[in-house]
Amino acid sequence: MTKMPEKERAVGMYRRMYQIRQYEETIYYLFLEGIMPGTIHQSHGQEACAVGMIYDLRKEDYILTTHRPAGHDLAKGVSLRSMLCEMFGKSEGCCKGKGGAMHTGDLSVGAVTANAIVGGNLPIAAGVALRCRMMKTDNVAVCFFGDGASNEGAFHEALNAAAVWKLPVVYVCENNLYSATTSIRLTCSLEHVAADRGSAYGIPSEVVDGNDVLAVNEAAARAVGRARNGEGPTILELKTYRIGGHSRNDACGYRPEEEEQEWFAKDPIHTFRKRLLDEGVITEEELVKIEEEITEEIDAEVEYAKNSKDPAPESALRDVYWEGGTL
Amino acid sequence: MAEMSVADALKLAIQEEMRRDETVFCLGEDVDIKGGMGGAFTVTKGLLDEFGPERVINTPIAEILIAGVCVGAGMTGMRPVADLQYGDFLFCMMDQLVNQAAKMCYMSGGKVHIPMVMRAPCGATNRGAQHAQSLESYFIHVPGLKVICPSTPYDAKGMMKQAIRDDNPVLVFEHKLLYGSSRKEKDAVRTSGEVPKEEYTIEFGKAAVRKEGTDVTIVANLLMSYRAQEAAKALESEGISCEVIDPRSLVPFDYETVERSVKKTGRLMVVHEDTYNGGWGAQVAAHFAEYCIFDLDAPVKIVAAYDTPIPFAAPMENFVIPSVDRIKEAARELAAF
Repeated sequence: MTKMPEKERAVGMYRRMYQIRQYEETIYYLFLEGIMPGTIHQSHGQEACAVGMIYDLRKEDYILTTHRPAGHDLAKGVSLRSMLCEMFGKSEGCCKGKGGAMHTGDLSVGAVTANAIVGGNLPIAAGVALRCRMMKTDNVAVCFFGDGASNEGAFHEALNAAAVWKLPVVYVCENNLYSATTSIRLTCSLEHVAADRGSAYGIPSEVVDGNDVLAVNEAAARAVGRARNGEGPTILELKTYRIGGHSRNDACGYRPEEEEQEWFAKDPIHTFRKRLLDEGVITEEELVKIEEEITEEIDAEVEYAKNSKDPAPESALRDVYWEGGTL
Repeated sequence: MAEMSVADALKLAIQEEMRRDETVFCLGEDVDIKGGMGGAFTVTKGLLDEFGPERVINTPIAEILIAGVCVGAGMTGMRPVADLQYGDFLFCMMDQLVNQAAKMCYMSGGKVHIPMVMRAPCGATNRGAQHAQSLESYFIHVPGLKVICPSTPYDAKGMMKQAIRDDNPVLVFEHKLLYGSSRKEKDAVRTSGEVPKEEYTIEFGKAAVRKEGTDVTIVANLLMSYRAQEAAKALESEGISCEVIDPRSLVPFDYETVERSVKKTGRLMVVHEDTYNGGWGAQVAAHFAEYCIFDLDAPVKIVAAYDTPIPFAAPMENFVIPSVDRIKEAARELAAF
């Protein structure tokens, strides 16, 4: 059993997880209503992974995320407004409408532009980590990827180099059991697709309950600590589950109902909420108030984003090469 | 001024930039191992002694990693200079170059940028099909990448320094027969030339007129610019005056200099070692068909490698790659049109 931190910290984590949940659910409904353009790959169900890993990172630390980036980006401090504006393809979006749902980020808060090529961010994380060391900082890179990425060649090349160069990087596999719609059982013979491969590269690995924000946070402290101290990379494999499908309109017909029920019972937000109440950290009234505040803020930002300016069509011709823009 | 080879000019450029800017560093497989060659062609030999293993990084044979490290380090403020040994290995890192390096600035709305230099030795040199290709044309198709191809020591130094200072990903195609390095290559061209001692850089998108002429404009890069000059010299005795233009960079491309020349000659030939189909010569031809058709008195000629993988045996390799004779023949046809 993990140890409950003091109230401010515990509630801070809950607040962030709840924000991610509300954000994702809001987007899902906007999408169903036909208001939200583009495609969506949602992270609800995996909030404990994002928040547990990122809660204690510094602004100067970097995260590298995937096609399912919202939880990570929000946890790292990318602004809600710039995220929602990007989802709507607006010029105030964090990528000025040029990125979209799979490329959100804000390097000024250490959130590298999200990467929609599975496994593509692992070698980039090695480069970011190398920079942290070359510039003689003790900052670290935390690289998220899914179970599917562990079968990419880039995974092997990045982990091997991170190990031999002892890079300050944490490789975090969010194993949600499915690579898009294919069960990881069909594509990898290992029980722990990332952690079991650690020994192949000489990288210490841990398997963690990815739905327990405190367990993730404790593992993060160990792994980030090693990276900061120059002890090299760690692989964390967080066992988790998507609430939604791989992407828009995916009804998850490939997931057995009992499996879904078993995982939904372990919902990271419901279980943490219950613990906060059971252990007397916070009262129901206080929690409801926090939840209402978050919902109101998201609703207001959605309205803002919907009504904000579309990018000028010809702005598509800008930014192919760097024009000197700042973060 | 000092006389030096292309290989030494490239090295000097990297060395000077590493001294000037602590964010510049080198990486690559065998980039500088004690007792090794300094990359495959001596360009980075000796840098380890001066800058140490923190800034001269020997990597695993892992092209995805090499390019990915450039992207990650570049976007966070470094200026990586990677050596690929053989440009053919670019294909092993295509995702990192095309989906990552080239698109990151754009996808981020111009907030993130990636200074990085990818050095790709190219050209057919009796090594068979997988250590021989001229791949420039693949990359001119990718918005977000710059593509340069310096062919003289002067250009090599000035353009390499410019590439390292550029805030975007730059692919540098270096021809194996033009290095003039201590690693001897059969059929190598003697490229040794004067390089100023004082600091200079060469802006991209400025072609160099290697020889002036009035009858036929020949645009040729890397090794082909030398062969075109040789052909042009020989054709003087036949009364055919060729102007030879070395584009030096393909992205950006200096159409203006070529247009000016074609206004004078009315005849255009492009020569490249890359294969014919979809080669950069086709892009130049398309430009003239679209914008300058009335300046042309004859159809555009493209003299390129035949559309085969590069064969090993010298008689076949020499047959596939454009020769001085093929260039001369094409020029005669153009002049007679």
